[in-house]
Amino acid sequence: MGKKLIAAVLFLLLPLSFAYAAGQDYPLPNPKDIMARPAFPKADQGLWPCSQCHSGMPVNYKIRKLTMMHQDVVLKHMPGGWCFDCHNPTNRDTLKLFTGQTVSFDQSYLVCAQCHGFIFKEWKAGLHGKRIGMWNGKKTYYQCINCHWPHDPKFKSIKPFPAPIRPADIK
Amino acid sequence: MKDKDEKKIEKRELKINRRTLLKGALAGAATTMLPLNRADASFKDFWESFFQKHFREMTVAEKQQVVQRLEQEYERKYKKAIQIGIEPAMPGVLFGYGLDLSRCIGCRTCVYACVHENNQSRDPQIQWIQVLRFKHGDLMNWEKAEKYYDPKQVPEPGYFYMPVQCQQCENPACTRACPTQATWKEPDGIVVVDYNWCIGCRYCMAACPYGARHFNWGEPGIKPADINPVTHYLGNRPRYRGVVEKCTFCIQRTRKGRYTACVEACPVGARKFGNLLDPKSEVRYAMEHKRTFRLKDDLGTHPKFFYFFDFEAGERFSG
Repeated sequence: MGKKLIAAVLFLLLPLSFAYAAGQDYPLPNPKDIMARPAFPKADQGLWPCSQCHSGMPVNYKIRKLTMMHQDVVLKHMPGGWCFDCHNPTNRDTLKLFTGQTVSFDQSYLVCAQCHGFIFKEWKAGLHGKRIGMWNGKKTYYQCINCHWPHDPKFKSIKPFPAPIRPADIK
Repeated sequence: MKDKDEKKIEKRELKINRRTLLKGALAGAATTMLPLNRADASFKDFWESFFQKHFREMTVAEKQQVVQRLEQEYERKYKKAIQIGIEPAMPGVLFGYGLDLSRCIGCRTCVYACVHENNQSRDPQIQWIQVLRFKHGDLMNWEKAEKYYDPKQVPEPGYFYMPVQCQQCENPACTRACPTQATWKEPDGIVVVDYNWCIGCRYCMAACPYGARHFNWGEPGIKPADINPVTHYLGNRPRYRGVVEKCTFCIQRTRKGRYTACVEACPVGARKFGNLLDPKSEVRYAMEHKRTFRLKDDLGTHPKFFYFFDFEAGERFSG
């Protein structure tokens, strides 16, 4: 029983460790070069810091549909996931890694990197995501949450700019 | 009576001797060259522009003189100060571009960012970037590529998008077609046009296999307020009627180290730009780690514009 459990846990952790190892070979950009995290969505404005409400509250670990607050946060990311996969239950103004390590909201990309190691590596190499500034010097890295809303990270469709004028329509 | 007439005619004929004929011919030819359509330009300006040397043969001082003249000319025309740069190519740099086809959503943000950055004519419309739409699994079927798609939302399911602009070929066909050497490849790999040397024959457009060159059929229509005043002589300075223009990798930005306007505009980060000679650049990373191809590679033009993809287009988008 014990051996089987250890084997199962190791097997489950294997892809994570691969992903983690894949993210290791490029240095992290200087924190100064990473773009500031975006403002909270309108419904959540004024809720920062989280501890102003959560510090006195008991922690409810039960997976449930939120009805009192944060109804706009519908998790469409990682099926079966829950707030405390990323948010730190003991200090709400921070995030946490699977290792238990606390991470500030400004370094949320470290949380993303736990599963998306290959993308994290490409981001550090400059391929995934976007960078603006100088191609041969100081640049600003967009961080994960500048483009992806972490609770529903898939991109939404947008309206395209107008099509070019057809030759037949030129007067 | 008859004799008198004949004598008169003889006299008249005698008056037109060789010297007067040559004088007249020369004066006639000179009048055709007069800048009658440019009444605001002084004769000195006209003289200097007519006898302007080829850009690559000019010294820095001569280039500055030309730029000064052009800046005054533009200020008279647009009532706006326009600064024209002559930054040379940086040594050890060969510009390259990467475009991730699996991320492009066909929103045309880059097209309009380019139009604004590079002072393209709004009416008649000129756009250096053309975004083509292909059906999934129908890559390179140019007959069925759609340039005028106009859905309410992009990306559309079942389609992918391919922006095409100047591929900055290492072996460009266009420059060899030019009869006046008004277009050439710079040492950093950018193919440029000198709008003051272009005679508008459009041979280069016929030679280009990518449809990347555009002709000013009419006087470029752009409001002075819309003009980007930071320009480069070989790049986005205002153009004339009857000249060919094209993407220059935003020469006015990239020669100062900045990213191009399309890279900074892309909302999905599909566009990558960098130095091909730098092994740490993102373009080199894409070449080494992704499935990369170049457009119409079989023609031997050796484009420095690399398309790549790493997952099925549209896979990562929700309704």
